[in-house]
Amino acid sequence: MSEALHIHSGTDTAHAGHHGDHHGHHQQSFVAKYVFSMDHKTIAKQFLITGIVWAIIGGLFSVLFRLQLGYPEQSFPILETFFGNWAKGGQIQPEFYYALITMHGTVLVFFVLTAGLSGTFANFLIPLQIGARDMASPFLNMLSYWFFFMASVVMISSLFISTGPASGGWTVYPPLSALGQASSGSKLGMDLWIVSMALFVVSSLLGGLNYITTILNQRTKGMSMTRLPLTIWALFFTAVLGVLSFPVLLSGLILLLMDRNLGTSFYLSDIVVNGEILPNEGGSAILFQHLFWFLGHPEVYIILLPAMGMVSEILSVNSRKPIFGYMAMLGSLFAITILAFLVWAHHMFVTGLNPFLGSIFVLLTLLIAVPAAIKVFNWLTTLWRGNIRFTPATLFAIGFVSLFISGGLTGIFLGNSTIDIHLHDTMFVVAHFHIVMGVASFFGMFAGVYHWFPKMFGRYLNSTLGYIHFWVTMIGSYLIFWPMHYQGLAGIPRRYLDKRGWVSFNGFPELDKMITIVSIIVFAVQLMFVFNFIYSIFKGRKVTNKNPWEANTLEWTTPLRPGHGNWDGEIPEVHRWAYDYAKDGRDFIPQTEPIGENESKH
Amino acid sequence: MQTFFIVAILGLGFLITFQIAKASEYVAVLRGEEKARKQTNKVNAFMLLAFLIIGLIGVYYCNEKLKGKILGEAASDHGVLIDRMLYITIALTGIVFIITQVCLFWFSFKYQESDKRKAYYYPHNNKLELIWTVIPAIALTVLVGFGLFYWFKITGNSPKDSMVVEVTGSQFKWEFRYPGKDKILGKKYFKKTDEARGNPMGQLWDDPANHDDVYNPGEMHLVVNKPVHLVINAKDVIHDVGLAHFRMKMDAVPGTPTTMWFTPKYTTKQMIEKTGKPEFVYELSCDQMCGKGHYSMRAVVIVETQEEFDAWMASKKPQYIVANPDKGPSEPKKDSVISKVPVVGAPVAMKTKN
Repeated sequence: MSEALHIHSGTDTAHAGHHGDHHGHHQQSFVAKYVFSMDHKTIAKQFLITGIVWAIIGGLFSVLFRLQLGYPEQSFPILETFFGNWAKGGQIQPEFYYALITMHGTVLVFFVLTAGLSGTFANFLIPLQIGARDMASPFLNMLSYWFFFMASVVMISSLFISTGPASGGWTVYPPLSALGQASSGSKLGMDLWIVSMALFVVSSLLGGLNYITTILNQRTKGMSMTRLPLTIWALFFTAVLGVLSFPVLLSGLILLLMDRNLGTSFYLSDIVVNGEILPNEGGSAILFQHLFWFLGHPEVYIILLPAMGMVSEILSVNSRKPIFGYMAMLGSLFAITILAFLVWAHHMFVTGLNPFLGSIFVLLTLLIAVPAAIKVFNWLTTLWRGNIRFTPATLFAIGFVSLFISGGLTGIFLGNSTIDIHLHDTMFVVAHFHIVMGVASFFGMFAGVYHWFPKMFGRYLNSTLGYIHFWVTMIGSYLIFWPMHYQGLAGIPRRYLDKRGWVSFNGFPELDKMITIVSIIVFAVQLMFVFNFIYSIFKGRKVTNKNPWEANTLEWTTPLRPGHGNWDGEIPEVHRWAYDYAKDGRDFIPQTEPIGENESKH
Repeated sequence: MQTFFIVAILGLGFLITFQIAKASEYVAVLRGEEKARKQTNKVNAFMLLAFLIIGLIGVYYCNEKLKGKILGEAASDHGVLIDRMLYITIALTGIVFIITQVCLFWFSFKYQESDKRKAYYYPHNNKLELIWTVIPAIALTVLVGFGLFYWFKITGNSPKDSMVVEVTGSQFKWEFRYPGKDKILGKKYFKKTDEARGNPMGQLWDDPANHDDVYNPGEMHLVVNKPVHLVINAKDVIHDVGLAHFRMKMDAVPGTPTTMWFTPKYTTKQMIEKTGKPEFVYELSCDQMCGKGHYSMRAVVIVETQEEFDAWMASKKPQYIVANPDKGPSEPKKDSVISKVPVVGAPVAMKTKN
């Protein structure tokens, strides 16, 4: 059967492999080309593949703790085989459970959805879509990946120490995370967590500064800021958010490290732990929460904005229509970026925060719903009267919009401090943020992978597997997280691994079982996606058309398998914005085409 | 064995799926990609519409099935306000949810690729965009308005006649202290904590306000229809006083006392009747991750009539006497020189140590 494919693509493969040669990379060693590479495309792939490895680990953790939640009474001897004392008698021990949820959160928020998502697509798309040969500083870019890699190594190593990894939740609130006496996960595991996150922050800053510089300085001729595709704008604001907020997290973590190891009292005061009276006085545990959420909330948008950008681009390309309200989309991205810095304390309504201060944060938080609503309406109008092609990428983009609506609306519940009193730290919060930033961002990421895979590897992903992947994930996500809101409305606190000891919270055993089964199926389908990904890199159907989606943006003007430097000859000049689809009766007009004499204005 | 079986089935299922997927790709290539694409396009467009319809039915079904399992009527005055706010928000966001999701999937279905149609070049419309900036802004103003009105009511000063209870969380238990006849909680200092010598709260025995304070772990007694002002502390890490039936919640932070107040509306006995569950109790849960026993950090709240409460209180010995049996029954001095800490009506957290 495979001959059929080869006939189709044989002609292009012959020269596809040689493109790298045009720019003096004749004798590149394997290490320089694939390991310590300074080519933004290779670095993007490194981020993506590392992110996928992390996603499998983080996803597996969630399957393990879902087993406990769905079947708290049952014993799984296989767990004891693998995890020994952590799953004594085949039952997940509380310390293990809390280590799992902590690592699940840390891994997915930072290592997958920050590094894996924005690291991948910022690296890959920025030079290609603005018309640059590489990043402003390819060397810093390489360092950015390797700092991320070191962070990964440290975090992985923390999984194997005898006291276990950090287990105070991904938000690592002190004093729990500061006191080894209070939890075994707060011993060495917590120090490793902090070191790993410090390396991660360095990686993120090196990357972010590079993205900003590149977008501002390296655009090709004619590529004014308002001609940039929305992906680039989204990645730009993402980088700005990261550069301004990650240092604050780092400072908070350094103080935590000092409280842990040097006897300072930044976060500690009046503590009697297990009968032991600690000397610390005058610290404030709440200070950490301010520092943490000053990153933590922008972090949500660091995760979400790249997905929004890619969804805008993919919906426009596949509706064969311009994105509706480009300037409004840009303005709402900007508004979200500004507001992202002004809402952090909505995570702290019930910490004893001054109620008046709380009310300001209610106002600012609900204000975010306005730019978010604009984006949703603009995506809907982009679809309206389009001529939509349902590639797997399009479906994931539509799924993103659906999930963003669902999860965004429940944010209006939680952002309102009155309702938050009841719903804070319940399963409602878990359902809310998984839909809106977890699953939705994953959908954006999948959309991006399916859409740009041909450019990354010169081959297509198998689209039948793509459709199955989409439908199972879409249906599964709603089945998992929609009913979970009801658990939250019933007041069930999050991070409860066994609710049988409670009269108020034990009403949902059937639901918990259903959620667990669906999560296992959804996880299995993600493994299928990973298989499709790896298989297609080597054996997928070859791309024979430079512009398979008939898109306008610059990356589709590069050769099928661009080498380092991206374009063989001159970098193309840009004459128009990226969204001239269906204009003047033409299906699409690439950005490189000069404005015609009789062309209508928009 | 069972695990092996499941893995085998998953593996087999995957293998079959993969073969089909590969075959369909070849078929697509042979038959002409354009044609194959248009066919799958139709299938997916139909699926999107089906997803919308089945999804909306599912939302309704889920609500019918689960609405009986959420906690029922709020058992405190503040809880009533919070529930009202919740229903206002559900109504408003519900409308938006249905409109936007229907538009999303209906447009996707209706405007699927067709040779007969050309996409409509429609880059922007300032009037339209202005409308859907202003409408959400107005809707949100309404929500913020209601929300803050209730918020300030709930977080405002507690009434002068509130009873005071001190709640202290530690890994993994709850302890309660009542101010006794003088209605003033005596001072404490964490370095004086000494469980072995009957002073689990670190009370300062030279403060006479402490002499009648009653200590009671694991169980909080409240009086129905009487406002209660909770002073919340933690000994080791951050905990959270979660009272799901009263819809109330407040963190317990070591070193920074917090407060909250509400009025219970029904006694435990009334709730047993209302819910029809003989096992009903009000539960106090820890809602902030606090270590390995977090999920089991529970206390019972008993709401009772004033008489029942007084009878219970009369049966308790002040902790001062428990800790210093030699001191015998003692009267707290009415006009102590040590400045007393006003507890009732304190708008913000107060420190119980100097």
